[in-house]
Amino acid sequence: MFGLFGLSYEFRWSVLWVEPHLTWLLNGLSTTLRLAAISWVIAVLLGIIFGAMRTASFRPVRAIATVYVEFFRNVPLLVWLFFWYFGAPEVFPEVIKQWFIHHGIEFWSGVAAISIYHGARLSEVIRSGIQAIPKTQLEAGLSTGLSVIETYRLILIPVALRLIVPPATNESLNLLKNTSLAMTIGVAELTFATRQIETYTAKAVEALTAAALIYLVLCLTISTIMNKIEKKYAIPGLIVRGTGAEH
Amino acid sequence: MNFDWSAIISNAKFLLLQGLVGIGIYGGGTLRLAIPAILLGFVVGIILGVARLANRPWIHYPAVIYIELMRGVPLVIVIFWFWFLVPVMIGRPVPEYWVALTAFVMFEGAYIGEIIRAGIQSVAKGQVEAATASGLNYGQMMYDVILPQAIRNMIPALVTQFIVLFKDTSLASIIGMMDLTKAAQIVSERELRPFEMYLFIAVVYWVFTYSMSRLARRLEIRMSPDRRP
Repeated sequence: MFGLFGLSYEFRWSVLWVEPHLTWLLNGLSTTLRLAAISWVIAVLLGIIFGAMRTASFRPVRAIATVYVEFFRNVPLLVWLFFWYFGAPEVFPEVIKQWFIHHGIEFWSGVAAISIYHGARLSEVIRSGIQAIPKTQLEAGLSTGLSVIETYRLILIPVALRLIVPPATNESLNLLKNTSLAMTIGVAELTFATRQIETYTAKAVEALTAAALIYLVLCLTISTIMNKIEKKYAIPGLIVRGTGAEH
Repeated sequence: MNFDWSAIISNAKFLLLQGLVGIGIYGGGTLRLAIPAILLGFVVGIILGVARLANRPWIHYPAVIYIELMRGVPLVIVIFWFWFLVPVMIGRPVPEYWVALTAFVMFEGAYIGEIIRAGIQSVAKGQVEAATASGLNYGQMMYDVILPQAIRNMIPALVTQFIVLFKDTSLASIIGMMDLTKAAQIVSERELRPFEMYLFIAVVYWVFTYSMSRLARRLEIRMSPDRRP
């Protein structure tokens, strides 16, 4: 029990592991991971496609990508969640709408909102990676007889992906943390589960601590793994780590 | 499906005045939350950023732990924490507006703190040595040499963070504060026009964030040393 400014609060940490609360938490964690993983894969694909398109020399291609990136990343994710959950199903044909309603429309609206929003944000990261590569690489690729698409696929994108590991990791962690917003459209992910425990037991501190700790552990694990990957795949001679401040 | 935008026109006053600006019986308001949150978050960020650079461990480590904790947790969780904590600490119920403002300032302060730290660290050490060698005192060195370069380096990142904060204010609607998102939710439930409604507020948010990002780009170009005349 602890007292704060005359109010007392009695801790009961066991609310986290008595059933059914533990099952809620574990199911919530697995939904969070599934939502994050599926959205991440789609977002990376969108990011690569539109990020590359943003650097194209053909103006209409660049314009399409710019409209996508600038519109989707500049609107709050919460608005996109509401849009894809409440608004968008209205305009789909009845058959598709029914299929989604029977296959967890909350989850798939969440995937759509998160992947399209973060796809736009990742496009910017990938664009800056491609633009960091000297233009001579593109010219060299073209002069060896590769087509523009082949040059992108075989030379520019692989190099860019290695260059952007730190900002892309950051963005991926943002995606993971942002899955918590899917709670608002009724996806039973981790934050939803902890809110549910809080509602049933009125133990806010325990439930919120559990959620905060799980997210922290997830973020720390991913950033540790990505640090290793970054070191392993760093391009020799191109990235000199730890000396950025000295120019 | 047919689109019907009349519901938006007839509710525009509520959406924009009450939701966006915050003039009306519900208080709140996206701008009324975002502007003080940006200013106060900046102040907290400067304190945290400078504290993280401090040599004294009892200043340095609390700042590091605070920043890393905040950055490792989703904003929703932080908002729920403050929703629970602020009334307990003050000892009486607190309006959602103040809960949201506290949560945003404390959360975004951590991110802004990192930008401030990186900005100060981005100034080359040789500049300090050169300034000292040419006889400037500490104040002159900071004001004339270090800060102009540090601020130039961090302005693009700062404006980007302010855009993020502006978008994040939509999360205040989760705890029931009346902002643009909450207003749209209410109108959309009454008028049953969710598609048009959410697309409309998406455009309203976009107008603000996109102008801020144009401003950031212009500042970046104007301030980059190799493009200056």
